[in-house]
Amino acid sequence: MQQVTLTRDNTLSFDPKAAAPQLSKEQVREIIAKRVAKEFKEGDVVTLGIGLPTAAADYVPADKHIIFQSENGLLGLGKKQSGENPDPHIINAGGGLVEVQEGACFFDSATALTMMRGGHIDATVLGALQVDQEGSIASWMIPEKFVPGMGGSMDLVVGAKRVIVAMEHTSKGSIKIVKKCTLPLTAYREVDLIITERCVFDVTPTGLLLTEINPMFTLEDIKDSVTADFEVSTSVKFMEV
Amino acid sequence: MKRIVSAKEAISQIKDGATIMVGGFLSCGTPDKLIDELVEQNVQKLTMISNDTSIPTADKGKLIVNKQVKKVITTHIGTNPETGRQMNAGELDVELVPMGTLVERIRAKGTGMGGILTPTGVGTVLEENKETINVDGKKFIFERPIGADFALIYGSKVDKYGNVTFHGTTRNMNTIMATAADTVIIQADEIVDAINPDDVVIPGLFIDYIVLNEEAGKCSK
Repeated sequence: MQQVTLTRDNTLSFDPKAAAPQLSKEQVREIIAKRVAKEFKEGDVVTLGIGLPTAAADYVPADKHIIFQSENGLLGLGKKQSGENPDPHIINAGGGLVEVQEGACFFDSATALTMMRGGHIDATVLGALQVDQEGSIASWMIPEKFVPGMGGSMDLVVGAKRVIVAMEHTSKGSIKIVKKCTLPLTAYREVDLIITERCVFDVTPTGLLLTEINPMFTLEDIKDSVTADFEVSTSVKFMEV
Repeated sequence: MKRIVSAKEAISQIKDGATIMVGGFLSCGTPDKLIDELVEQNVQKLTMISNDTSIPTADKGKLIVNKQVKKVITTHIGTNPETGRQMNAGELDVELVPMGTLVERIRAKGTGMGGILTPTGVGTVLEENKETINVDGKKFIFERPIGADFALIYGSKVDKYGNVTFHGTTRNMNTIMATAADTVIIQADEIVDAINPDDVVIPGLFIDYIVLNEEAGKCSK
C-alpha cells in the first residue's frame, strides 16, 4: 500500500476536473532543466550527467558563476565548439567538442575521479531508471536488455556533496519513483533531491517529502504516478514553469 | 634515449592472448594508429583494459568488431552496440568497473600497492563476492591491482627521452596506464628533442617505445 501523508492542511488548490496534460519531450526537458538550474549556488562546482541533465547548463543565469566539471578531465567546461577549425582534442564526457571557460584546467582520469569520489563536487545532476523512497538510485543497467555500464556515475553519486536526480516522471507510463528499486543499484541511499516535470521531492532521512508540484498537475496525478510513500510538505508550493 | 620505432615494429611484440591497456576517453587521446596496426596484424584473444570500447568504426571499437578481444575490462560499453551484442551472444567476456575504481586499480599496480579500498559500489551488486573492510565506521570494498603486458597510450608531444605533455582532454587514463604495464608504447602527435622539464606530465622513465603519428599534424593544433 502506498502511503501519502498530508501534513496539516495543504494550501494549494487544484481544479479537480482538469486532466493531466500531455507534454512533449521538449516541454518535459525544458521544465526539468529550468528547475534544476535553480539548485545551483554561486561558485558551485557541478558535474552534469549525459542527456537531460546537460540541458540544465543552458538555464543558469549569466550573472551566476557555476563551474562545470567533466569526468574526462576538464574543470571549466564551456559551450559546444563552433567555428571553422574545431579542436578535436577537447571533449566533454559525451564525446562532443567543447569550449573551455576562463580559469579552466585539464587533468587525467585519476584527478577527475578524485574530485568526484573524494567529496570535492558540490552537486551532481543525473538521470535515473528508478529512484526509491530511501534515496537509492538505479541508472546503469536493465539486466539482459540495456547494459551501457556505469562509467563514472557510481563514484560521482557516492562522492558528490549533493545528488540531484533529474528525470522524466515516468518512462512510457511505467513508474520510476518506487518504494524500493528492483534494478541493480548505482548507489544505496545517496540521492538528495528528485526533480521531474511533475514535481520535486526532497529525500529526507525519514522518506520522500513533496515540496513542489507543477501547476499543470494535481496531487492526485502525483499519487497515481509514483508507488513510493511520501509526505506532502507543509510549505508545498507550485513549481515555476 | 628511447627507441623511436614504427607502429608495425612496436605492435609486432604483442602476441595472441596478451593483456593490453589502451588509453583514451572515447576517441580523445586514444592511440588510434597503434590500434590500427593491431587490427592489421590481427592479434587474437586479447584481454583489453580501457575506459570504454569507443564506437564500432573507430580505434578500440575496431578491435571489438574484428573479434580480436576475448575479454574487456571497462567502465562503459554504451557507445558500441557490437560490444553489447557479443556480450549477450556469449562471445565476449565483459567486466564492468566504475571509472574511479578502474583507474585506482591501475594506479595501485603502477605504484606497487596491494590494492585499494573504495566506497564506490557499497550496497550494490559490485559488493557481491568481494571482501569489505570497515574503516572508522565506514564500509569499503577491497579491489585488487590490475596491470597488463602492454600499455598502448597517447601523448600530444613526446621528447627523445620519453617525457610527455598533453593538449586538451587527452590525458585521461594515459598517465596512469603508463605506470602499470611491462611494456609501454606511446603514440605521439609530435616528437621533439626535449620538453621543458616544467611541462612534463609523464616522466620519460615510464615509456619504452615511441611511435610517431605521421598524420597527426594535419588535424591537431
